Amino acid sequence: MLKVLRMEEPTEDPGQKTDQAQFEALISAVAVQRDKSAFETLFVRFGPRIKGMMLGSGASQDLAEDLMQEVMLTVWRKAALYAPERGTVSTWIFTIARNARIDRLRRQPVQPYVDVETVSIASDAPSAEAEMITGQRGELVREALQRLPKEQRDVIELAFNQYMPQSEIARKLDLPIGTVKSRTRLAYKKLKENLEDLR
Amino acid sequence: MSIHHHLDAASLMRYAAGDLDPAFAVVVASHLAMCDECRQAVRVAEAVGGACLSDMPEAALSDGSFTRLSRMIDADTGSNDEHPAAPPPPANDPAADVPLPLSSLVGKSLDELQWRLVVPGVYRHRIELADTRSSLFMLKIGPGRKMPEHGHGGTEMTLILRGSYRDAIGRFARGDIADLDEHVEHQPVVDSDDPCICLVATEEPTRFKGIVSRLMQPLVGI
Ligand SMILES: [Zn+2]
Repeated sequence: MLKVLRMEEPTEDPGQKTDQAQFEALISAVAVQRDKSAFETLFVRFGPRIKGMMLGSGASQDLAEDLMQEVMLTVWRKAALYAPERGTVSTWIFTIARNARIDRLRRQPVQPYVDVETVSIASDAPSAEAEMITGQRGELVREALQRLPKEQRDVIELAFNQYMPQSEIARKLDLPIGTVKSRTRLAYKKLKENLEDLR
Repeated sequence: MSIHHHLDAASLMRYAAGDLDPAFAVVVASHLAMCDECRQAVRVAEAVGGACLSDMPEAALSDGSFTRLSRMIDADTGSNDEHPAAPPPPANDPAADVPLPLSSLVGKSLDELQWRLVVPGVYRHRIELADTRSSLFMLKIGPGRKMPEHGHGGTEMTLILRGSYRDAIGRFARGDIADLDEHVEHQPVVDSDDPCICLVATEEPTRFKGIVSRLMQPLVGI
């Protein structure tokens, strides 16, 4: 696939390989050569973080471990479907973890997500702008996130780090649900602006 | 397709975080299947998830965690080892009546749905979902007809699939989504020549206002 070629391209900062460039190379080695040591490097990096998210969302040790293994098994199986132009390796693994959790922990059908992914693969041409925001420069998203006002960042981190439902965030922070919504909305807007600024 | 009404940013973020009720997830996913712009926006929201995962503190894994996974991999027959690069079949036909996330539930044709009359000119097709406290249904409303006015007990989403309507917010045609907050009152009037067909998720059963509607509510159960 295309990404094998993309690895040959010089990165923006040739002296220092970014995390994303390194992860992309590892995913590609897993996809193309079925390289288990590359996979182990990914496992060491992402496994403990995936488990941390599952624990944060209230899963027991056993369930969190089990879900983490399931997520990493999916990474092994589907490595060839990873498309850098649609997002960083972290983002891709995040979506796998989210879907695994929806499937299991909340016993909800994950089919809508799967269907959107299918549509996306079939119809989205990679655009330079999208790649800028979500792909190569994914580390900028982390920086943009750090720049959010604390009250907005708190809401985002509870939603994404702990998969906390909006209603629970409202209870935990003792806020009306409308306020949680408007902070989420503002955070999204601010993030997009920050990403523009950081370009 | 030119779409004028999109998803609210808060809904995009909840979808990305996996926090939507199944009924709303179906409506959001159906809009995403029709809307390039919101699909791009969801990627930004998902990138937030990726950034959070990168910065997550590490939890201790069980002893021998990788060895166990490694054994699973060696025994794995369910993988796509043999065709690792095979893309899934193209599934998105923009001209298709029913977007993919909805066709998983109701089939591919809007013309083959079973409708039930609820009030004159208004038909409903209920969609049963497991694990939801919300309602998911489709409505077919005749030309010139008003949807009976209803307030909202909670969030409501309406995705237009055929025809169009107009309400206090504007005009909604195929692909447009009305992603409404609580307390918004609106009274759509169908302004297309053909019936307007839409997909609706509501947090609580919609309660129609007005004496006639109130009298009918126990009968229609909408
Ligand atoms: Zn949209």
